[in-house]
Amino acid sequence: MKRILGKAWKYRDNINTDEIIPAKYLNTSDPKELAQHCMAGIDEDFVRKISSGDLIVAGENFGCGSSREHAPWAIKEAGISCVIAKTFARIFFRNAINIGLPIVECRQAAEEIQPGDTIEVDVDAGKIINHSQGKEYKIAAYPPFMQRLIAAGGLLNYIKASQTSCENKIS
Amino acid sequence: MPMTITEKILAAHAGRDQVVPGEFIEARVDIALGNDVTAPIAIREFESFGAREVFDRNRLVLVPDHYAPNKDIKSAEQCKIMRDFARRQAITNYFEVGQMGVEHALLPEQGLVLPGDLIIGADSHTCTYGALGAFSTGVGSTDLAAVMITGKIWLRVPESIKIIFDGPLNPWVCGKDLILYTIGQITVDGALYMAMEFDGSTIRGLDIDSRFSICNMAIEAGAKSGIIAPDEITLQYVRERARRDFSIFTSDPEANYCRTLHFWAEEIQPQVALPPLPENSRPVDQIGDIPIDQVVIGSCTNGRISDLRQAAQILKGHKVNPNVRLIIIPATQSIYRQAMKEGLLDIFLEAGAAVSTPTCGPCLGGYMGVLAAGERALATTNRNFIGRMGHLQSEVYLSNPAVAAASAITGKISHPREVVSD
Repeated sequence: MKRILGKAWKYRDNINTDEIIPAKYLNTSDPKELAQHCMAGIDEDFVRKISSGDLIVAGENFGCGSSREHAPWAIKEAGISCVIAKTFARIFFRNAINIGLPIVECRQAAEEIQPGDTIEVDVDAGKIINHSQGKEYKIAAYPPFMQRLIAAGGLLNYIKASQTSCENKIS
Repeated sequence: MPMTITEKILAAHAGRDQVVPGEFIEARVDIALGNDVTAPIAIREFESFGAREVFDRNRLVLVPDHYAPNKDIKSAEQCKIMRDFARRQAITNYFEVGQMGVEHALLPEQGLVLPGDLIIGADSHTCTYGALGAFSTGVGSTDLAAVMITGKIWLRVPESIKIIFDGPLNPWVCGKDLILYTIGQITVDGALYMAMEFDGSTIRGLDIDSRFSICNMAIEAGAKSGIIAPDEITLQYVRERARRDFSIFTSDPEANYCRTLHFWAEEIQPQVALPPLPENSRPVDQIGDIPIDQVVIGSCTNGRISDLRQAAQILKGHKVNPNVRLIIIPATQSIYRQAMKEGLLDIFLEAGAAVSTPTCGPCLGGYMGVLAAGERALATTNRNFIGRMGHLQSEVYLSNPAVAAASAITGKISHPREVVSD
């Protein structure tokens, strides 16, 4: 997996998918075009301010609202390397895992990280490192099935691999 | 081991005797749904996967409803991607403009979703069909693509939260008020990842349209699904529509719930949810004078025939306030025709409302009623997020159709009794 290291952009609770990608931009499904409007419902200049590798850090229920996969696509294509939140809305959670956008639930990190902090996420070692504050947080491991989805690089790659190996069971 | 209705449906579709909350299953899908916004991505993923045929051309339903009839050239391209795919794959249940309706009103009406089904839809309000006693949940486009390929979906079995309403309804209170009230009590993530199971004497007395409104907004409390066990009212609705067999499941009396809430319907007045979250619900007569610029009556939440009847009952013999645009959108063609037969459309037009062909349009700020900066709408839709219906500095308030209709007449958010007697 690509190294996750960048600056934190911090948001409140209940960031909804209309804020991540307003519906007026849903007349396209091109990830690159969507990326130009990432977070436009809350900060129209977001994509001009961020650098590739930066992280979004948010509170409860990140990604609530519509099922639009345009939201995680926009975030991923904009160059955001990971989203850390206290909790994720369930469809956003599925979508992110399915398309291979790294997301991490960590209440304490989401609370303590300040805007602009330099954050590293080491998924394999299961930790978040806040270089600006010199703090580390343990990340709870995903259930085994999800780990396999993530390792495969998303749902469709997982299905492809399962079909080839003729084992397409969840356990 | 005792199980909830949700666990029973999931077990049946996973080929298991039982499932427990928290475990991951692979489940067979009865119906999969996509629309003009979400299906194009699913189709792209389906094709780049190298898949040739959908798992079952009778079980994938495609509905152009969000930006259809095409709102602009780009939307037209998205609709065309879906239409071309539907033709190539000979999809039985593709609904062209002229046949289509707002998907979550259309599928039940067409008898495509039935009790005991497992339904996934690339639209968050897919949870609506729980009103028929089905497990039904919203997913994204990649999930839809995976179902289009395999006919199966991975699911984490949700915990269930039980919401019981007992007692008679107050005048002008309907399903919409009960769900707005519930979200107000438990907040927008109060049922995160859970199945919301509704029961109690009030729920049993509700017509099917009110039940659809309730399950439709389960997602607004973060839930995976909403569900109401089938009863005679459900069966009456389903029997004349179903073209295949279906199964009735109910929860065991000893089933486990992570939480049970008990509400008294008599304590609930017509609700209004203030921006920017559906959890900001209050009784309409406690919010003071709030002038409005636009009223929208329609959507997958409240665009059904009983919603239109309620609105017409209020609007009859009245005129829309000169400061307000009233937009009424019957959710499907058959609702539209029924409203015409009953004379409801005449009442709307006489009052000065604009009546539109079915579309999701204004609910998500797409078209057919987008708001300018500083404008305020009262809508029977489901989300009042910042900028939901247009400019980031516009506002959306949510209510039932009777409150919306009354407010269109007075020009401010109003209890129906300000316009007609209880």
